[in-house]
Amino acid sequence: MAREFSWIRPEPWGIHVVPADCWIDPARPVDRALVTHGHADHARGGHGQTFATPATLAIMKLRYATEEGAVPVPYGERIALPGGVHATWIPAGHVLGSAQILLEHAGERIVVTGDFKRRPDPTCPPFEVTPCDILVTEATFGLPVFRHPPVEQEIGKLLTALVANPQRCVLVGAYALGKAQRLIAELRRAGHRDTIWLHGAMERMCRLYEEWGIDLGDLRLMSDASKEELTGSVVLAPPSALNDRWSRRLPDPITAMASGWMQVRQRARQRMVELPLIISDHADWDELTQTVVDVNPAETWITHGREEAMLRWCELNQRKARALALLGYEDEDD
Amino acid sequence: MKAFAALLDALVYTRSRNAKLKLLADYLRETPDPDRGWALAALTDGLDFPAVKSATIRNLLTERIDPILWTLSREYVGDSAETASLLWPEPAESPSPPTVSEAVDALSHMTRANVMTQLPRMLDRLDANGRYALLKLATGAMRIGISARLAKTAFAQAFDVAVEDVEEHWHGQAPPYAALFDWAAHGAEPPSSENLPLFRPFMLAHGLEDSEVDLADYAAEWKWDGIRVQVVHAGGETRVYSRSGDDISATFPEIAEALAIDAVLDGELLVRGAHQGGETGGAASFNALQQRLGRKTVSKKMRKEYPAFVRLYDALIVEGEDLRPQPWTTRRAALEELVPRLDPLRFDISGVIPADDFTQLAAIRERARDDAIEGVMLKRRDSPYVAGRKTGLWYKWKRDPLLIDCVLMYAQRGSGKRSSFYSDYTFGCWDGDPDAGAELLPVGKAYFGFTDEELKWLDRYVRNHTLNRFGPVRETDKSLVFEVAFDSVHSSKRHKSGVAMRFPRISRIRADKPAHEADRIEALRALIRD
Repeated sequence: MAREFSWIRPEPWGIHVVPADCWIDPARPVDRALVTHGHADHARGGHGQTFATPATLAIMKLRYATEEGAVPVPYGERIALPGGVHATWIPAGHVLGSAQILLEHAGERIVVTGDFKRRPDPTCPPFEVTPCDILVTEATFGLPVFRHPPVEQEIGKLLTALVANPQRCVLVGAYALGKAQRLIAELRRAGHRDTIWLHGAMERMCRLYEEWGIDLGDLRLMSDASKEELTGSVVLAPPSALNDRWSRRLPDPITAMASGWMQVRQRARQRMVELPLIISDHADWDELTQTVVDVNPAETWITHGREEAMLRWCELNQRKARALALLGYEDEDD
Repeated sequence: MKAFAALLDALVYTRSRNAKLKLLADYLRETPDPDRGWALAALTDGLDFPAVKSATIRNLLTERIDPILWTLSREYVGDSAETASLLWPEPAESPSPPTVSEAVDALSHMTRANVMTQLPRMLDRLDANGRYALLKLATGAMRIGISARLAKTAFAQAFDVAVEDVEEHWHGQAPPYAALFDWAAHGAEPPSSENLPLFRPFMLAHGLEDSEVDLADYAAEWKWDGIRVQVVHAGGETRVYSRSGDDISATFPEIAEALAIDAVLDGELLVRGAHQGGETGGAASFNALQQRLGRKTVSKKMRKEYPAFVRLYDALIVEGEDLRPQPWTTRRAALEELVPRLDPLRFDISGVIPADDFTQLAAIRERARDDAIEGVMLKRRDSPYVAGRKTGLWYKWKRDPLLIDCVLMYAQRGSGKRSSFYSDYTFGCWDGDPDAGAELLPVGKAYFGFTDEELKWLDRYVRNHTLNRFGPVRETDKSLVFEVAFDSVHSSKRHKSGVAMRFPRISRIRADKPAHEADRIEALRALIRD
């Protein structure tokens, strides 16, 4: 009999599903890739075949301008891969199209969470707890200091700043895929109906979300706006554009950033942020540990992030765990 | 506590000085007594609770959370108070936060024996921001960039009073500064300062620029290159204050020990030597004085090797008589009368330059560089001693700056309104013949001396000539020459180039000059006068 779980092998550039010769979120081109979601560090181009949800494939097509080798797999559909491996994409609640991947082989079940969160998000279906033998979990915010506040509270901070500074605008730095659209959707949910202005790099992804049925209200390009129009409004830009030349045209912007890292004051100060918004698309400490409890696997493998603290938590709770040294996933901007 | 916590948070994220002033002023105006006084003390490091230290926080937390998880968290966050505020369990019911005064009262009654049970009770009444504020209040070390000067300016702004008056009345007051608020906010008489060795705000000078003055109206004095100090003796105690009003008596005990006459004197703190003004000048270079600065205690050896003294410029108060409203001539006469009664080892008088007219003075000033003197002061003979800079009364006429051609090496983004611009420049000189493979060594850093238009041009230049990026810093291709102006240059072990400039600024952008024609480091070393 084969050694337990000998069919799955973590390598620095991805997780290798050996009998099917597939790789999960590989960091370099392979013949067959299983992709959890559309963020660039997980969904790289150049693979022979790419298995992913239809929305993730649409995001990749937007980015790489090709759908060669794309194999769409809807949520919940169990597909057969070579070597007697079955794979199912299950909602992860991270961004549009994001999924956990359940792998089954020889009676053993492994769930790779990819990036995930447990909180409601109007732009994607919620995380589903999936029982398994091995849970491979992310740990981006794997420290007990990370406890994300309710999103309504943070949206409230943004709207309060807007009202208190009618002569200025609020410039929010947000990841172009996922965070930006969630922020817009949450602003709409809170009753904000005004035009939201976009940096050029945000537009195509927002349009894609709209094509997928997510209503984002009135969005326009900042480059088309006059200074008067921008006064008193919300402007969205990728984090890299916050303190750069691009923002000079804005009317006295209040620099905000929507990110889980904003929990820590000095991190926010380093990014020259005046209005930190603690909004994350990743699980916080309580969600990470609760997920291990809910899924209750025999073993937990911890990938990218602050895995030391998660390992320690597993040890304190008598749970078998190990850290995987995967390369290339670090979410500085989430 | 909620308002104080919100203020702390807003101050952390605010970079502009004016915005910080407004936040502080609004808080001081809107917050009741005595909360605002305690808050002011906390912000300016005026509070100390011996029972609560950083180690207390760690002990408190490691009773509740695994020590390894605490250490990992603390290392990541970088601040014990903030880490603890985030890790503390959220209260089950909605919290009933204490006022700042309640918190201060409770903290001051805590002892090492009961702090571990008392502090948690306070923390349980607060949300995360409140816990952060409480722990910062308790342990000090605010790290939010509020200087005493900024706090005083905000206080003045809040109650529409003169900042000089605030400075004068602030000294000698203890938190929560009831008398200070009674005066500024409620119109009471200012607190009495008799028999206390208090700081009085300095009178300052404008630059003379290109104008001339008539020496019939103005007296000329040397401007010495030390640090401006005020020495005050009252009620049997002596204090030495720096220009910012900081008490530096402990750093210069020989000065504090030497004055026994009730007086408030203005002068330049110097170290004995033969650098400035030659043998007769009697003062060492600024570099020598620097060995003595910033020390909390001073060894006998230090005192012997770098003996300090004060060269007096002015007398504000002598034996109870406030001379400040009197003309300079009267104060000068009083000072000349006083100096022979002082310890000659520690006090002398800055002489008046005997020049008949401005042309003659200009010629004397020309020689100032050889004598290593910083420049000349011009004081209106009828000027009273008034706080701050008043146009037309005092001028400083510094010697002309030194100039050298350097090559731009690195540029860093500025902050505030310059945050998107590469506005801080590190420049270097050649360590030999550039045509024979010499390299550039960084010699200084400057972030002013150019116009807004030039800044835009420089920003574009940096972006188009980038070799490497290191976070907010860009390494340029070393093609642009700056003419750098500076006041003096000293040898320095801290810099690879072995030199340190004083007050470097960009004098001209020499886009016309090829980089290999910039100066060599020998040229800079030749200007060292240590």
